[in-house]
Amino acid sequence: MANWVLKGLRTGIRTTGYPSRPERAAGVSPGRPHGASLNSIEQADTLVERCPTRAIERQEGGVAVDHRRCVYCLRCQRDGMETVAPWDASYEWATEGLDEAASAKKLQRAFGRSLHIRFLDAGACSACVSEARQLNNPYYNMHRLGLFTTPTPRNADVLLVSGPVSDAMRLPLRKAYEAMPAPKRVVAIGACAIFGGVFGSSFAASGGASQIIPVDVIVPGCPPPPLAILHGLLLVVGRKPPAQPVSRPSDQVMEPA
Amino acid sequence: MVMLERRVEQASFPERLAELWRRKWKGRVGAAFERDGQICRLQCPTKELPELCQWLTCDLRFVLATLIVEEERAGGWLLQYVFYKDSDTPWIYAEVRLSTLSQVIPSLSGLPDGPSFDWHEREAEDLFGLTFEGHPRLGEFVLHEDWPEGVNPMQRGFDAHQHVELRHPDPRWKPPTVVEAPGAFAMPIGPIFSDFAESAHFLLETVGEDVIRTIPRFFYKYRGVEKIGEGQMLDRVLLLAERFSGTSAFAHGLAFCQAVETICGIEVPPRACALRTVFAELERLRHHAAVITGICNSTALAVATAQAALIEEDLLRLTCEAVQHRYLFGLVKPGGLSCDLPEDKCNLLAESTAIIAARLRALHQMLRYSSSFLDRLEEVGIVSTEKAVSYGLVGPIARASGVSRDIRKLLPYAAYNATHFVVPSEQEGDGYARLRVFFHEAEQSAALMRHFLLSVPEGPICGAAVSARADAALAAVEAPQGATFHWLRLNEDGTVARYHITPPSFANWHGFHLAAENFAFQDFPIILASFGLSNAECDR
Repeated sequence: MANWVLKGLRTGIRTTGYPSRPERAAGVSPGRPHGASLNSIEQADTLVERCPTRAIERQEGGVAVDHRRCVYCLRCQRDGMETVAPWDASYEWATEGLDEAASAKKLQRAFGRSLHIRFLDAGACSACVSEARQLNNPYYNMHRLGLFTTPTPRNADVLLVSGPVSDAMRLPLRKAYEAMPAPKRVVAIGACAIFGGVFGSSFAASGGASQIIPVDVIVPGCPPPPLAILHGLLLVVGRKPPAQPVSRPSDQVMEPA
Repeated sequence: MVMLERRVEQASFPERLAELWRRKWKGRVGAAFERDGQICRLQCPTKELPELCQWLTCDLRFVLATLIVEEERAGGWLLQYVFYKDSDTPWIYAEVRLSTLSQVIPSLSGLPDGPSFDWHEREAEDLFGLTFEGHPRLGEFVLHEDWPEGVNPMQRGFDAHQHVELRHPDPRWKPPTVVEAPGAFAMPIGPIFSDFAESAHFLLETVGEDVIRTIPRFFYKYRGVEKIGEGQMLDRVLLLAERFSGTSAFAHGLAFCQAVETICGIEVPPRACALRTVFAELERLRHHAAVITGICNSTALAVATAQAALIEEDLLRLTCEAVQHRYLFGLVKPGGLSCDLPEDKCNLLAESTAIIAARLRALHQMLRYSSSFLDRLEEVGIVSTEKAVSYGLVGPIARASGVSRDIRKLLPYAAYNATHFVVPSEQEGDGYARLRVFFHEAEQSAALMRHFLLSVPEGPICGAAVSARADAALAAVEAPQGATFHWLRLNEDGTVARYHITPPSFANWHGFHLAAENFAFQDFPIILASFGLSNAECDR
């Protein structure tokens, strides 16, 4: 007979110290490209040209990176590139929705510390689904922060949306949002839910959750790692400040918070 | 006659096939060999199609890989039913040409192996507007009932970036139920599930506790990947190939790149082949760990779930440490890989996977002695060998039902022919058999990774640059869920003319309802978890 109790005790506590302490374990976040100050215009142009989603833009003194548009093709890093974009190892990426002023105002003090979350997959590639699922594993254990999943939108405070919103999920998404009691918040996770990602807007997909319902918080990444999603949820309850959605040439490269 | 038989037996398979064709089909079906006998094309009039396909599947034991539909430049339509067997045998393309869309094609769903054709025909009917005569159930498959009638997105004239006005759902619409019994009712589950799950819909026909049958409905996540890839450059379509199914991104990216490499005649250097094998196995290991987590979770065995989840997260972190991304995005490219794995990372992977394999073994051992857990899995969700064959199931699901078919063995790619391994298989076809296959394959993946990591050949990681030609090719890869087939036609300017993906989940979801018949209601999540399928992969 297997002794699971003993097995569990022997494994010990593995949970991250985040948000009280920064998490520095290797591989918790893929990091992200960062704005760079570059001397030559050619170098900047190469980076801009290599980026398939126009996340990298030329700016005075170098390039800026719009993190919301990055899909992690890593082409600004690899493939015999002489100039690479600096890499920032952070994971606190969540920021206010595209209508920043409105969502910043709305976010203030709507909730206490606890949230009930309804996850909705609106055509995601399943990497976002997998990363959101990790929030329940012992490493991240979101229950300790008062964050719970709920089976029905009628009990939910937060709708966590991933995917570019496929045609067949438009109606379920709208219905789920309407079924939620106010005050309610929508957190869009991943490049697809933010602007459609590699799928864009087409006959089969809407090009992001904000095309259907108002989005309050976005978590960039493709997929965003569990800690970034956690940061998004902590932003909703006002326990963490938002990150900058764009990094400019002059900005400092972030260390894990 | 006996003499002739013997002579035919001794000949190599392409010759043998040519002889068999001469005896049975000459004058009725045209035949031609291509690519040094690797491909055999059989040009077939529509009326001969059922007999030809029955001959291929039942007499010669070929397996359907995919159905490729193409609107030809000169007008008219070309349907290619692609069959495979093993590396000594050519691929068989049974071709049917139609001059107009209104011409009917006989449905093959009534053949002994008919179910394996079934969904391909439904997909072609929905997306292209083809007509299959004698198919029991067409329509409302990829495109749901609110999609306007007569609009077929895969036709050439359809603009992928237009907005299609959906119809209002019919308020009188009732789910299509089959069971007629006193007290019977239909219980809908989905498309939004209670946990972190993908979108799909299941209609359970039940008389209370016992569920009589399950009617699944998919393609809630149809993003039209094949259509939006058309006319795009290769590096763009590679992004789509990797990202339509994020949890098996490397396998699908690899299949796409292999198709490009076949078309352009690019040789992949040995180091890239070995590393591609390593990454493919790393992905399989992580995928199987995730399925095992799901199975433990579905039976509410909390400590086992936590243990398996720790293994899964450790593998994600390890992957990220080695290649800068937790799901292996941006790694594979036509000709090889986009980044090398330095020696310290090779050692890290080899050492860490050895530890993880030991942890998986320990977990498996404990699960084997947890009777409450086994009770939930044994004799639950059975798929028989006959059904697994006729439905053309693939991957671990088929191997748990006694069909030990594996593309890595049958049609070796990357560096798989440089090693020996035994394909794990089980006979029972129940939830427990599937769990055992997932465990064995995961351990085997770890062993294969170590084997290749300890002797990675030196050299470049990428072959010649892509110089596009107007041609088409099909690539086969064993993704974590089973055989996947990517067929690609390129234009001369390097843009994609047509792209067709046949993912393993497409085959396996088709067989899901076989396992979900006559079961107790509380077993549904367990059956679902033991399949471990992806909707993103199926729906594309």
